[in-house]
Amino acid sequence: MEGSYLFSKRLNLQKNLIYFGFLGIFLFFAITLYNDGFLTTRNLTNIVLQTAPATIMAIGLVFVLSSGEIDLSFGSIVAVSALTTALVLQSAPLIMGIMAGLGAGLAIGFFNGILVAYLRLPSFLVTLATMGLFAGIARSMTNLRSIPVLNDTFTGIFGSGKLFSIPSLVIWTILAVLIGHIVYRHTRFGAHILAVGDNARAAQVSGISVARVRLYALTLCGGLAGLAGMLYAGRLQAAKYTLGESDLMTVIAAVIVGGTALYGGKGSIIGALFGSLMMGMLNNGLILMGLDVSDQMIVRGVIILLAVALSLRNFNRI
Amino acid sequence: MTEFQPVLSLRGIHKAFDGLVAIQNFSLDLFSSKIVALVGDNGAGKSTIIKVISGIYPPTSGEILLEGEMVNFSNASSSRSRGIEVVHQDLALVDEQPVYMNMFLGKELTKTPFGLLDKARMRQESQNLVDGLDVRIPSTNLAIRNLSGGQRQGIAIARAVHWASKLILLDEPTAALGVAETAKVEELVSSLRERKLAILLISHSLDQVFRLADQICVLRRGEQIGIRETCKTNKNEIISMITGVD
Ligand SMILES: Nc1ncnc2c1ncn2[C@@H]1O[C@H](COP(=O)(O)OP(=O)(O)OP(=O)(O)O)[C@@H](O)[C@H]1O
Ligand SMILES: [Mg+2]
Repeated sequence: MEGSYLFSKRLNLQKNLIYFGFLGIFLFFAITLYNDGFLTTRNLTNIVLQTAPATIMAIGLVFVLSSGEIDLSFGSIVAVSALTTALVLQSAPLIMGIMAGLGAGLAIGFFNGILVAYLRLPSFLVTLATMGLFAGIARSMTNLRSIPVLNDTFTGIFGSGKLFSIPSLVIWTILAVLIGHIVYRHTRFGAHILAVGDNARAAQVSGISVARVRLYALTLCGGLAGLAGMLYAGRLQAAKYTLGESDLMTVIAAVIVGGTALYGGKGSIIGALFGSLMMGMLNNGLILMGLDVSDQMIVRGVIILLAVALSLRNFNRI
Repeated sequence: MTEFQPVLSLRGIHKAFDGLVAIQNFSLDLFSSKIVALVGDNGAGKSTIIKVISGIYPPTSGEILLEGEMVNFSNASSSRSRGIEVVHQDLALVDEQPVYMNMFLGKELTKTPFGLLDKARMRQESQNLVDGLDVRIPSTNLAIRNLSGGQRQGIAIARAVHWASKLILLDEPTAALGVAETAKVEELVSSLRERKLAILLISHSLDQVFRLADQICVLRRGEQIGIRETCKTNKNEIISMITGVD
C-alpha cells in the first residue's frame, strides 16, 4: 500500500505533462524563432490575447467533461452570442448588449442541460445536434452578414481596453481562470461535479441531485461560451457567424492535454489554461516559421494527436 | 417517544419494476439498539428494501414510519437528513476523490465567509474517524482508487457510522473482507447498539447472522417468509425458510 502510494507520486510526470509540454514547445520556439521575434513582449502578449476566448471556452468544457458529459455546441454558442450582442448594441445601451450575449449563451446551455439531465439523452448527440442547429441560426440571424460593434465602451471592456495598463482580455482570462479554479476545487458545486462524473450512482445515493449538477455544468459552459463570443466581438469590433467555428478541436485538445479526463471525474482548470496557451503558441510559432496554412494544419494535427495520446495513455489499462 | 416505539416501521411495502414484482407485502419494525438481519438468496429483494427505506426507490405502495411519523423520502438526501445511513453493496464511493471527500460526500463542510470547502477540517475529522474505528489507511488524502477492497469497505462503514443518528442499513458489509477484518467489522456493528442506533444487516453468512442479530427476517423472491428471534431458531430452520425446501 505504502509502496503504491509512493509510486503514484513519482508518476506525476504524466499528470504534469502539460507543464513539461508547454515549457518544451516554448523553449523550442524561443530558440528556433528568436530572430523572428517570437520572444518579444508584443508577440507573447498577442498569444495571450488571441487565446483568451478559447481559454474561457476551455474552462466551461472542463466543468462539463468533469461531470461526465460533453459539449460540442460551444462554438455555435460563441457565434450566436456574439451576433446577439452586436445586434442588440445597435439600438440598445451597453448593459442590454452584455445581458443579451450572456443570456443567449446561458439559455442555449440550459437547453442542452434540460435535454441531457432531465430527458437523459446522450450529451454527445444532443450537443452535436445543437451545434448544427445554432450554427444554422447564427447564419440566418443576419443572412451571413457581419455586424459591426461600434459601442466604444463595449469594445473597451471586451476587447482593446486596458486597466492599469493590463489589456482587458488578459484580465478576463485571469479572472475566469481564478474564479473557475476556485469553483472547481473549493466549492461544493465543484465537488459534486467531480462526484457525478466519477460515479453518478454514488453521488445519487449520497443525496446529490445528479440531474441538477449536470444541468448546471452545461448551463455554465454555455454562459462561458457566450462570454467568449463577446470577447471575440469586442476584439474584432464586429460579429460574424464564423466566430468560434474553428475552436472546437483546439479547445477540446487544450482541455484533454491539460489533464481533464474525457469520461469525467477529474480535471484541471489551470491545466486547461496552459493547454490553451500551448495551442495558441503552436499557432503563432508555426505562422512565424512561415508554414503555409495546409502545412500548419498538418503539423498542428500531429502535435495534438501526440499530446493527447501521451496524456491519455494509461499504462495499467488492459 | 416510548422505549418500545420502533425507530422505523415498514407496513405492507410493495415494490415493482415495470411489472417485475421485487417486494410484496413486506412489514418490519426496527428498534433502537437492536440488530435485525435480512437474509435471502440472490435477487430475493434485500437491496431493494434498503433502497426503498433510504428514498432511492419510491415504494409502489405501503407505508414507512420514522419514529411513528409517516415519511415519504423522495431522495437519499431527505433520508440522510433524518439520520438514516446506508452502507451500499457497491459501497458508493467516488474513486478519484480522496478519502476525506468521500467521507463528506454530499455533506461537505464549508467555512465562512465565502462558503468554500473546509478541506482541513474534513481531513482532520476523517482522520479522527478512521482512527476511532481502527480503519488502517496510510492517509486520508489518498484517492479511493488506491485503497484495497477491505480499506474501501472500512471507509464506507466509517462514513455511515459517522452520519447515522437513528438507523443504519448495512448491505453485505463484510463481503470483501478477510477473516480478521470481518471480525473487526462484526465487533463494530455489535458496538453500534451502544449508540442507540437501529440496525438492519444484510448478510449471506448465516454464522455471522447468528453471531450478531437479535432477529432474523427471511425473504424469498420478494416474499416475506417470516421473522424469528435468533435465540429461538436454528440454522436449519432459517435455511429451509430461505430455500423453501424442508
Ligand atoms: N432498478 C431496477 N430495475 C429493475 N429491476 C430491478 C432493479 N433493482 C433490482 N431489480 C430486481 O429486483 C430483484 C431484487 O433485487 P435485489 O438487488 O434487491 O436483490 P438482493 O436480494 O439484494 O440480491 P443479492 O443478494 O444478489 O444482492 C431482482 O430480480 C432484480 O433484478
Ligand atoms: Mg443485494
